[in-house]
Amino acid sequence: MNGDSSIVLEGRKLNRQFGFGRNRFFAVSDVDFVFRSGEIISIVGESGSGKTTLAKMIMGLLKPTSGEVMFRENPRSLRTKADREEYWKSVQGIFQDPFSSFNQFSKIQTLLLDCINLLKLKLSEEEKMNMMREACGFVNLEFDELYNKYPFELSGGQMQRLMIARIFILKPKVLIADEPTSMIDACSRATILDMFLKLRKQNDMIIVFITHDLGLAYYVSDTIYIMEHGKIVERGNAATILESPVHSYTKRLLADVPKLKEAWDLG
Amino acid sequence: MGQTILTVSELKTFYRTRLKENVHAVDGVSFTLEEGKILGIAGESGCGKSTLALSVMGFYFPPLNFKSGSIVIDGIDIMKLSREDLRTKVLGEEIAYIPQSAMNALNPTKRVGKFIEDILREHRPGLSQEQMQRLAAERFEILNLPTRALTAYPNELSGGMKQRVVIATSTILNPKVLIADEPTSALDVSSQKIAIKLLKSLLAKGFVKSMLFITHELPLLKHVADDVMIMYAGQIVERGRIDEVIFKPMHPYAQALMGSIIVPESDIRGHRLSSIPGAPPNLKNEMKGCRFADRCIHTVDECRKEEIPERARGERTIRCLFDFDYQSEETAHERR
Repeated sequence: MNGDSSIVLEGRKLNRQFGFGRNRFFAVSDVDFVFRSGEIISIVGESGSGKTTLAKMIMGLLKPTSGEVMFRENPRSLRTKADREEYWKSVQGIFQDPFSSFNQFSKIQTLLLDCINLLKLKLSEEEKMNMMREACGFVNLEFDELYNKYPFELSGGQMQRLMIARIFILKPKVLIADEPTSMIDACSRATILDMFLKLRKQNDMIIVFITHDLGLAYYVSDTIYIMEHGKIVERGNAATILESPVHSYTKRLLADVPKLKEAWDLG
Repeated sequence: MGQTILTVSELKTFYRTRLKENVHAVDGVSFTLEEGKILGIAGESGCGKSTLALSVMGFYFPPLNFKSGSIVIDGIDIMKLSREDLRTKVLGEEIAYIPQSAMNALNPTKRVGKFIEDILREHRPGLSQEQMQRLAAERFEILNLPTRALTAYPNELSGGMKQRVVIATSTILNPKVLIADEPTSALDVSSQKIAIKLLKSLLAKGFVKSMLFITHELPLLKHVADDVMIMYAGQIVERGRIDEVIFKPMHPYAQALMGSIIVPESDIRGHRLSSIPGAPPNLKNEMKGCRFADRCIHTVDECRKEEIPERARGERTIRCLFDFDYQSEETAHERR
């Protein structure tokens, strides 16, 4: 990560609470972040630490209770439909469960066409077809095989790759990937991760991984944010965090991941 | 060597689809399981590991069908039993199962303690209500669950607790064989560790005698299992001691699988993960020769000619015609 690249997304004292009075619960409290162009960030924490809430706030699907998200150094506004469309052209997400990410009544080509139409370009039918073919080629899927199929006819790995094909078409500046590989097996995981890295190279995209797996975070990211009970407890360079974790929670997370060479303390 | 508890030989099972096609999901699997041992089964999605787990229980319902082979648990050939005998005498008593998505395995309209009572009422008809409750409470305590969980509804519990409730329910009759089918894939790393610890302690304390552990997470398997079988397209392609298979895989598929491991250890950063090109074969088709031939980098004509038998190589068994050594001593990550 080079220091001079521009800041694309910035969070200032983001808070989110659920419930009121006795049931009030702070899912995210006072979170600051700075995402620079081309950076890969991982937000790591166990279930219930507020990482998905944070992701939803960054994507603009949830309103922060207080605090501000700065997009290209201006406060983000999602008030009008035009504002939202503009924002979601630049910020996109991939979710945990590929089986429920697609409209199951639409055929694959319809799903991809929807994406292309979001770009609001004037394209001929043939150009659109070529675009879909190219996108599928990028993720090692055969478009002609997928044509006229429904999402449920694909395997989990294929669906997650189709999700990435959509990102390839939209070319957003920021991609929020919420546990993108937790539902697929280790073999396809490697393929999917490689595709993310390829995308980053092509578009200088920011990728934010939300995960509980420090191994994955370490493999892909430049910067790691560790989150516990809605707060960022440790942040920094991926290698530094892994080699010399400071916060006790980071140490515990690291100890909980089964490793190949080191012993896993089951005592 | 401990006493052999489970012997499966040449088990073949298939799914019959609505279009009357047969999908040969388990195609000639044999193995034995000894007392006190954990046997791991690893492989990618769709290789038949979950089907193998279901088949070993001997309780078949459509679309899963039994073709041939035998399953012997503690001297009883369970395929020769009637369906009713199987249900009352074998399932739960001799062999128990922890399903993949334990989170969804619990009926949301019943209190958690009820699941255990249901099983006890069916299998131990003599017990009084209090005895049943005491048994359930004892088992909950062993699994670190608070007693109040007994009267809670599943939606009041966290994912890790639900998983432990499922473990408690399936092991309440102290089965000889416990089949755990990806028991931790829906849990985060911290709850995963707790669940694994408890599973191992159940084995150590003798509540279950042996375990079949199915997963695709090889780093996890390394710390859980004693032996491992690598499964591909319905067949076992390699089996051996877990440490040997992970650090020095012999079958080309096993070698490729080890190349895709991600762990937070300093030497994985910057290395490319290897992924296997292509997709597993369609199990509907009758296959000749090696199933991995289409994706293997070493394939020659002989590979496709006839069924490859399993053969011993050192202490291991592999299903490959050739002796390929893992290219480097320095484990999975060096190879890329």
